[in-house]
Amino acid sequence: MNFKLILNIAFHLLQARLKQTIVAAVGVTFSIAMFIALVSFMNGLNDLLDGLMLNRTPHVLLYNEIKPSENQPIFLSKEFKNNTNFIRSIKPKDIGKSIYNSKTIISVLKKDIRVIDVAPKVTSPVFFNSGTIEISGVINGIDVLSEEKLFKISDYIVDGNVTDLLQNNSIIIGKGLSDKMLLSKGDIIKITTSKGNLASLKIVGISEIGIAEIDNVMSYTSLATAQKIVGESTNYITDIQINLYDMASAPAVAKEFRNTFNLDTIDYQTANSQFETGSTVRSIISYAVGVVLLIVAGFGIYNILNMMIYEKMDSIAILKATGFSGNDVQWIFISLSIIIGLAGGLFGLLFGYIFSSIIDIIPFETASLPTVKTYPINYNPLYYGIGITFALFTTTIAGLFPALKASKIDPVEIIRGK
Amino acid sequence: MENNVILETKGLSKYFYDPVKFQVLKEIEMRINYGEFVSIVGKSGCGKSTLLYLLSTMDTAYEGQIYIHNELVTGKTDRALALIRNEKIGFVFQFHYLLAEYNVLKNVMLPGMKLGKYSDQELENRAMKHLKTLDMEDQALKMPIQLSGGQKQRVAIARALINDPLIIMGDEPTGNLDKKNSDLVFDIFNRLTQEEKQTLLVVTHDTDFANRTTRIITMEDGKIIS
Ligand SMILES: Nc1ncnc2c1ncn2[C@@H]1O[C@H](COP(=O)(O)OP(=O)(O)O)[C@@H](O)[C@H]1O
Ligand SMILES: [Mg+2]
Repeated sequence: MNFKLILNIAFHLLQARLKQTIVAAVGVTFSIAMFIALVSFMNGLNDLLDGLMLNRTPHVLLYNEIKPSENQPIFLSKEFKNNTNFIRSIKPKDIGKSIYNSKTIISVLKKDIRVIDVAPKVTSPVFFNSGTIEISGVINGIDVLSEEKLFKISDYIVDGNVTDLLQNNSIIIGKGLSDKMLLSKGDIIKITTSKGNLASLKIVGISEIGIAEIDNVMSYTSLATAQKIVGESTNYITDIQINLYDMASAPAVAKEFRNTFNLDTIDYQTANSQFETGSTVRSIISYAVGVVLLIVAGFGIYNILNMMIYEKMDSIAILKATGFSGNDVQWIFISLSIIIGLAGGLFGLLFGYIFSSIIDIIPFETASLPTVKTYPINYNPLYYGIGITFALFTTTIAGLFPALKASKIDPVEIIRGK
Repeated sequence: MENNVILETKGLSKYFYDPVKFQVLKEIEMRINYGEFVSIVGKSGCGKSTLLYLLSTMDTAYEGQIYIHNELVTGKTDRALALIRNEKIGFVFQFHYLLAEYNVLKNVMLPGMKLGKYSDQELENRAMKHLKTLDMEDQALKMPIQLSGGQKQRVAIARALINDPLIIMGDEPTGNLDKKNSDLVFDIFNRLTQEEKQTLLVVTHDTDFANRTTRIITMEDGKIIS
C-alpha cells in the first residue's frame, strides 16, 4: 500500500473541511490539556502530602516492640507438646528497647546493595523543663548526615542549621515547644529523662513540620548526646531506619530482615496505608476526568468523520472507480482521524504544559507548609506520554467505524444515483 | 493462447430484488476485440448501465463469468478487482466525476500514482501529454470547479488514459454535453482508436454517435438483440 499517496489524499480531504477539522482537533487539544494539567496538579499535591508525611517515614524500620514472648516455657515441655495449652495473664517481657548488636547489623545493612542508606536513631520520652513548667516530649538522637540524606530534615528547620547538631550538647526543638516555653535559638533548655537523668542543652534551631502534634513534642539532637542523656553506651540504638532503592519491595525486605536479625520491622506501605489510599483516589480522579474528556472529544471526531463521509461520497466513489480498494479508502479515513488526533494531541501537550506552568506560579501560602510558596505541579514526562497515547488511541477508535463505513460504500450506487 | 479478445462474458445475468425480484440482464454473451470501438444502444431502462458496471468490476453481484484479457475476474477479491480497474480499465461517466480537492493535473495523475508504475515526475509528463492532445494543457493547474462541462469530460478522458488501459468504458459520456462538445469527445475517441488502437466500449442513446462507431450492440429488456 502506498501510504504517501493515502496521506496525501487524507490531507486534501482535510483541507477542504478545514474549519470542522480544527473544531474536532481543538476538542482533542482541550481534553489532553485538561488531562495533563489535572494529572500534573493532582500528582504535585500527592507529592506534597507524601513529602509532608510519607517521606519522613523510612521504607523499613527495625526496632524492638514491647510484647509477650511468643515462646512461653510450656511450649518447650515435651510432656504437653500434643496438648492445647491455655495460659492466662501473660505480661509483656521487657527485653529493653535497645537493639542488640546494633553496630554489626548496621554495617551488614550498609553493605546490602538494595539499601540506599541506613540511619540509626535513639528515641526516648523526656520532660522539657522551663522555669516551673514541665512539658512531656520526645528526644530523637539522630545520625545527622544519614538522617539528612534519607529524610531531608533541613527542609523543616525554620531557624538555624541542622549541621549545628554536630556540636556537643546542642538540640533542635519543635516550633510548638519553642512557642509554649518561650524559648528561641541560642537559649538553654533543661531535660529530664524518665529515669531521672538531667541535662542542659543549647537550642541551635527550631523545626516546623506543619503538624501540631509533632511540632509540640519533637526535638532532635545527635546520637552521642542522646545516648549520654539516657545514660547508655555508644552501642545503644532503639531504631534502625532504612531507605531502599526500590520502595515497592519494602514489605518483602521488611519480612526478610525480621527473620535475619530477629527484630520487629515495619514497612513503609503498612505504616502509611491510609495516606496511600488518598493518593490513589486523587490519581484515579484525574485519570477518570481525562478519559471522560477524551471520550467526548472522540465523539466529536466520530461525528466529523461521519459527516465528511457523506460529503465525500462522490470522491470515495471516484477513488474506488479508478482503482482504490475498500482497504485503501479505509486507511484514508483512519489517517484522517490519526492526523486530527496527533495534531490535537500535540497541541494538547503544549497547552497542558502551559496550564501546568500557570498553576505552578499561583501563590499558595499556608502556615503549616513553610517550604511551599505556590501550588505544586509534578512535571513527569510520563503524563505527556500517556496523554498523547490516549489521544491517538481514542481518535483512532473514533475513526475506525466511519472508516469501515467508507470502505463499504458501493461506488455503483453513487455513480448511478446521479 | 494469445488472442485478441479484450473482454468476454459468459451467461451474464443480474437480478434486482428491490422492490420485487426482477431480472435486469439475461444471459448476456458478448466479446470485444482489441482495437474495436463498440457502442451499446437501447431504450432507457433496458440495462445498459447495469451491464457496464458489471463489466467494470465495480458491481460483483451477478451470475455468469466475465473475462478481461482472457483472465477470469469473477470471484476475485475487492483488492484484486481494484487493481484491475486501476491498471486495465479507464472510465468516463456521464457526469464528470473529478475530485474537487485536486487540480486538473493531479486528478489526471492520481490513478497513476495509485498504480505506482511511474515516478511522479514521469506521471506529470504523461498527464501533460494527454492534456495537450486533448487541448487542455493550459487548464492543468485549474480546479475542476473552474471548468466547463466539456472541459471536465476531457479531463476525465485524460485520467482514463493515464495508465494505458486495455479498454476505456464510457456510460453516456456525451449525454450531458451540447452538440459541439459531443462531437469533440467523439473525435477524441475516434482518434484514439485510429491512432493508438485504443479499445473502447461506450454506452450511448445518441444514435448519431453510435452510427459512427465500428460496431453497435443493441439491447432490449436485458438481452442483446444484435
Ligand atoms: N439499485 C437498483 N435497484 C432496483 N432496480 C434498479 C436499480 N438500479 C437500476 N434498476 C433498474 O434496472 C433497470 C436497468 O437500469 P439501467 O441499467 O440503469 O438502464 P439504462 O442504463 O439502460 O437506462 C431499470 O429498470 C432500473 O429501474
Ligand atoms: Mg444508464
